[in-house]
Amino acid sequence: MAGSTLEIKNLHVEIEGNEILKGVDLTIKGGEFHAVMGPNGTGKSTLASAIMGHPSYEITEGSVHLDGKDVLEMEVDERARAGLFLGMQYPSEISGVTTSDFLRSSINARREEGNEISLMKFIKEMDEALDYLEIDKNMAQRYLNEGFSGGEKKRNEILQLMLLKPEIAILDEIDSGLDIDALKVVSKGINKLRDEQFGCLIITHYQRLLNYITPDKVHVMMQGRVVKSGGPELAQRLESEGYDWIKEELGIEEETVEQEV
Amino acid sequence: MTVDTKLPYDKEYISQFSQEKSEPEWMRELRLQALEQADALELPKPDKTKIGKWNFSNFKHEAAEAEKIASLDQLPADIEELLDVEDAPENLLIQRNHMVAFESMKQELKDKGVIFTDIFSALRDHSDLVKRYYMKDAVSVDEHRLTALHAALMNGGVFVYVPKNVQLEEPLQVIFWQEDPETAMFNHVLVVAEENSSLTYVENYISQNEEQETVSNIVTEVIAHDNAQISYGGVDNFAAGTTTYVNRRGVAYRDAHIEWALGQMNDGNTVSENITHLIGDNSVSNAKTVSVGRGKQTQNFTAKIVHFGKESEGHILQHGVMKDKATSIFNGIGKIEHGATKSNAEQESRVLMLSEKARGDANPILLIDEDDVTAGHAASVGRVDPLQLYYLMSRGITQTEAERLVIHGFLAPVVKQLPIESVKNQLSQVIERKVY
Repeated sequence: MAGSTLEIKNLHVEIEGNEILKGVDLTIKGGEFHAVMGPNGTGKSTLASAIMGHPSYEITEGSVHLDGKDVLEMEVDERARAGLFLGMQYPSEISGVTTSDFLRSSINARREEGNEISLMKFIKEMDEALDYLEIDKNMAQRYLNEGFSGGEKKRNEILQLMLLKPEIAILDEIDSGLDIDALKVVSKGINKLRDEQFGCLIITHYQRLLNYITPDKVHVMMQGRVVKSGGPELAQRLESEGYDWIKEELGIEEETVEQEV
Repeated sequence: MTVDTKLPYDKEYISQFSQEKSEPEWMRELRLQALEQADALELPKPDKTKIGKWNFSNFKHEAAEAEKIASLDQLPADIEELLDVEDAPENLLIQRNHMVAFESMKQELKDKGVIFTDIFSALRDHSDLVKRYYMKDAVSVDEHRLTALHAALMNGGVFVYVPKNVQLEEPLQVIFWQEDPETAMFNHVLVVAEENSSLTYVENYISQNEEQETVSNIVTEVIAHDNAQISYGGVDNFAAGTTTYVNRRGVAYRDAHIEWALGQMNDGNTVSENITHLIGDNSVSNAKTVSVGRGKQTQNFTAKIVHFGKESEGHILQHGVMKDKATSIFNGIGKIEHGATKSNAEQESRVLMLSEKARGDANPILLIDEDDVTAGHAASVGRVDPLQLYYLMSRGITQTEAERLVIHGFLAPVVKQLPIESVKNQLSQVIERKVY
């Protein structure tokens, strides 16, 4: 079988009583790269956070399944061990825990007790990934995200992605705040994972990331729903013409929902 | 006289005790005078904690018998883990109950005039030197009833003396092992570093009396003469039955440094004071402490640095984790006396609460009597951040493990300061056991 399948059906999500997602349908299969685009405040990040199980979001309707298993019944850590990964827009800073210790704990969390990764193998894999992403090796010994620049945090998310090798990854605005060189490096890391086993949902409101990572499918979100889907050419058209033509086509006046947190 | 002030031991007992230890006359007199003072003095009044009903009188003082330790690999597991037995420190003293059970010191240090010995041997062999410092410049006998009781009933401890210009490369380690569950520990640690000398000292206190009640009353005096450097590490780990008063006090003269790294891991009610007097110009102290509270224990921690010297630097960092129904007060006090110009008093106290019923209070105080100074404080009491847990768990780490990582991370700034690797590891293990 080629990879896993993440199936999102009619997903409704609230935060503090405000409905942000109003019925999202999306299916991502192993081997596919999907891009979710849309202006700010249309529910893109809410979709990512709700799938992973962020504590502030409440799911009121709909379902998320990974290979038929009910994701919404799982705790956050179980979702991760089932094969999901979320590259976060605003990763937490954790003082006193080195990036290296955190990575090793994360890798071992997926392995049986007694079958932990050996220190040598871990260091080798981590060093290779650090090199590939052009990250200073000192970062491994720094406390997790503490005092990291925006770009360092994003690279660290991709470092984790490369080492954890999930089935399905969701990348939430992984390109925001990156200069062009950093963007290229981050894209290189994501592209390296591309194979039949790996599915990816890339959330962005800039087309420029998609110059480096070609999506198989592009979806546009407005008002808490996917309002349009297409191939890579859809992203191109959004780049040149903006979102107004979609709003016109669908008769949407105000594309945003309640403000996202 | 009220029943409350009745002391469990009298003059005859103390005189005889002093005689049995072959103490110098001045010490016997100091004890007897202290006993009288103890009768008249009141208990200390730590800020925001009432200790009037704590057990400070129910204990045995008679020294319990203890065997010598022939070889370190015969130690019970919980003592052995305080050491790296394979690569044991060369300068090591183990006090079992009130007796020296093991003692080793590099010949080279002896040749240089370094003294590292138990307090009774020091009183016999270096009486004048001990007399010069014992409860004089750091802690006074008559501060309150507990200091006076300490002076009257002192029954263990060590004396460390490093002569002028001698730099100790390797640490001195002491284990105070209170094996007898009912006998009190009135321990006195006196550390003196002469001009331009340096030393690292690490101590562990340990007992196992979960049920039997007793008392520990510890006074530590650390004297750093001009340009001396003292690094002082300690891990307190008395069991739930022990009520503890521990007073660690430093005096730093010109250009001297005193670094404290303390793991305050007692399971019983505890008052812990760590006070440094920066007497000399340009003197420096960093006081770092970690504490864990659990069960129903009540603890009161004071970290205080008093600036007398010009351009003196004081930094206090206290981190505490509270669980179950534990209650703790963290007092951080930076005091700058008049004339201590261009001094800097900084402090930070952070308390992490792990249960709804635990109580923690950070109490930052700056007392400044001089204009040309800088000072700062930060204090917080909070819970584990749910977004931190979410982030860690989103990588597959279980909630328990995620909490463990956050707590270890929270305590790491102090734990990693401990100067001996085995003590650092042991403190991590104690934290592990106490938190889960």
